Amino acid sequence: MLSDTQPQGQPHGSSRPPPVGQVHPPLRRALLWIWTNLFGSVWNSVLTLVVLWLLFVIGRGMLGWLVLDARTAPATLRECIDAGGACWAFLQDKWRLILFGTYPHEQHWRPALALALFASLVIASCVPASWATVERRRWMFGIWLLGMGGVIVLMSGGFGLPEVPVRLWSGLPLTVLLAVVGMVSCFFLAILLALGRRSSMPVVRWLCIVYIEVIRGVPLISLLFMANIMTPLILPADVVVPNLVRAQIAFIMFFAAYLAEVIRGGLQAIPASQYAACKALGMGYWTSMIFVILPQALRIVIPSMVNLFIAMFKDTSLVIVISMLDLLGTANAAKADPAWMGLFMEAYFFIAVIYVLVCASMSWYSRWTERRIGSRQSRSA
Amino acid sequence: MVGQPLIRFRNVNKWYGSLHVLRDIDLTVRDGERVVICGPSGSGKSTAIYLINGLQDYQQGEVEVAGIRLREADGTAHDIRRHVGMVFQQFNLFPHLSVLENCCLAPRKVLGLPRQEAEARAMEELARVRIADQAQKYPGQLSGGQQQRVAIARSLCMHPRIMLFDEPTSALDPEMVGEVLEAMRDLARRGVTMICVTHEMGFARAVADRIVLMEAGRIVEDAPPARFFDPSQQSPRVRAFLENILA
Ligand SMILES: Nc1ncnc2c1ncn2[C@@H]1O[C@H](COP(=O)(O)OP(=O)(O)O)[C@@H](O)[C@H]1O
Ligand SMILES: [Mg+2]
Repeated sequence: MLSDTQPQGQPHGSSRPPPVGQVHPPLRRALLWIWTNLFGSVWNSVLTLVVLWLLFVIGRGMLGWLVLDARTAPATLRECIDAGGACWAFLQDKWRLILFGTYPHEQHWRPALALALFASLVIASCVPASWATVERRRWMFGIWLLGMGGVIVLMSGGFGLPEVPVRLWSGLPLTVLLAVVGMVSCFFLAILLALGRRSSMPVVRWLCIVYIEVIRGVPLISLLFMANIMTPLILPADVVVPNLVRAQIAFIMFFAAYLAEVIRGGLQAIPASQYAACKALGMGYWTSMIFVILPQALRIVIPSMVNLFIAMFKDTSLVIVISMLDLLGTANAAKADPAWMGLFMEAYFFIAVIYVLVCASMSWYSRWTERRIGSRQSRSA
Repeated sequence: MVGQPLIRFRNVNKWYGSLHVLRDIDLTVRDGERVVICGPSGSGKSTAIYLINGLQDYQQGEVEVAGIRLREADGTAHDIRRHVGMVFQQFNLFPHLSVLENCCLAPRKVLGLPRQEAEARAMEELARVRIADQAQKYPGQLSGGQQQRVAIARSLCMHPRIMLFDEPTSALDPEMVGEVLEAMRDLARRGVTMICVTHEMGFARAVADRIVLMEAGRIVEDAPPARFFDPSQQSPRVRAFLENILA
């Protein structure tokens, strides 16, 4: 568990060169490393050669498609097809459509600015120092409120900006908004559900169990459908809830059930002696949970939690079933243009790069956080 | 020095399911008294002291602490806990908090002390157990003896009237037992009411006002050290127990 000593970052300690290698000059050391790690045995050498050959083939193909045979504007569709590589001209024409979708073209600076603002908020929140003191935490809450207000005004209009209806929000801002607002809200909901499921009050416990089990038994896609079709039936006719809000709520409800189970796993790993220590110090339920139990439980489940968040980011694409266009949706829309008939790879490549960047940053951040906490608590620090 | 009765067990019985762990316990501890409880493993020593701060409930009889009749279900346990400190066999420090934060958490969140005051108090208690220089470290970076001293300081930060110790040295390597006992001796000099479950008979002889021997859920002896350790006044049970732990 947490208290174990875990030396970090040396996954292949056994096959390392002896410490003598440390005194060699860098080049020699590199060669020695290659020799022991890549050509240590016959089997190793074969594998290394096969992998090198594969890398070469793939690399050559990629280089051809991405650069050598690729055509940029003002190439036409015909020229692109003849060249046989990527048609960057297509992307140069369509990148704004892919990023911002149906949002009015001349207003694109607004979602761009909103995205930048949102990204700054998220990045600032990811820096541990931002939350280090009570005062800074207050600031952060204030900044978030202001920032979110700014994002909403930028996106929807008002204060002199022309209004843009929510149904036109699409592309990357939609994906990011659904994902980040979803993650933050479902995190808190999931904590309550996880605590509720372990509560000593039978009614609370059963409500949480039923909620979690029912939601986990329903696919996200049907939940989105239900949110879309059922809410108008349930609510009075004059109350109009935008698509976006319905989808957002469905997302939060769905992922909260899964995240609650992840967090419950973490809670179960905390030994009863920690609760006893809290009680003995006179701490009440919420004090114990907030300051002692949850911080430890959540640290244990960081990897599974981030796993779920990555899934969440990608699953925003499902909003296409309720006719909203997320990043994947706008890429599909871009390829439908008859002027660039038959091209799609470039658009998918573009959004794949975005997806990979975002997801890789998330997993990098999770690993970094784990390491930071681990080194602080273990003996070796 | 020794004053009014502070803790009273009257005819207390407790069961874990069908296991009868405490049988007709009668015990009075006065303000400022230092009581050592010993007895074979499984005789109900931990359970008995867990009743004093309501970490365990009981089925029959009455436990009264500082004039309050204790029942977990009545919520009285919660009121009493800020006056009763407890030190566990396994230290039970909070591994994600630094030593200083371990000590400050309850004073700040339970007593509502401002940060500065809580920290000053924590540093004072840490200095008393001679570990103030480790205040910024995390529990995982300390030895067992150091962790147990931090646990003692953490409890003392609540300024309890009563301190409970549940075998505070039995999880320690032998060379670290001394430093923890020293901290406890120091505490005894301050006049805090102490109840220690321990098999450290040297400590019991030097510090205790009374030594209580438990066996199979009953109190079978309750005597001052002079009588407890005097072969001519000892009951056969005490003699058997002492021979057992010396062997
Ligand atoms: N939480 C519990 N649930 C059930 N049985 C318990 C529990 N705690 C202790 N016991 C049992 O009660 C008896 C007394 O335990 P304990 O008070 O811990 O004894 P001691 O501290 O003297 O070793 C033992 O037989 C033990 O197995
Ligand atoms: Mg015990």
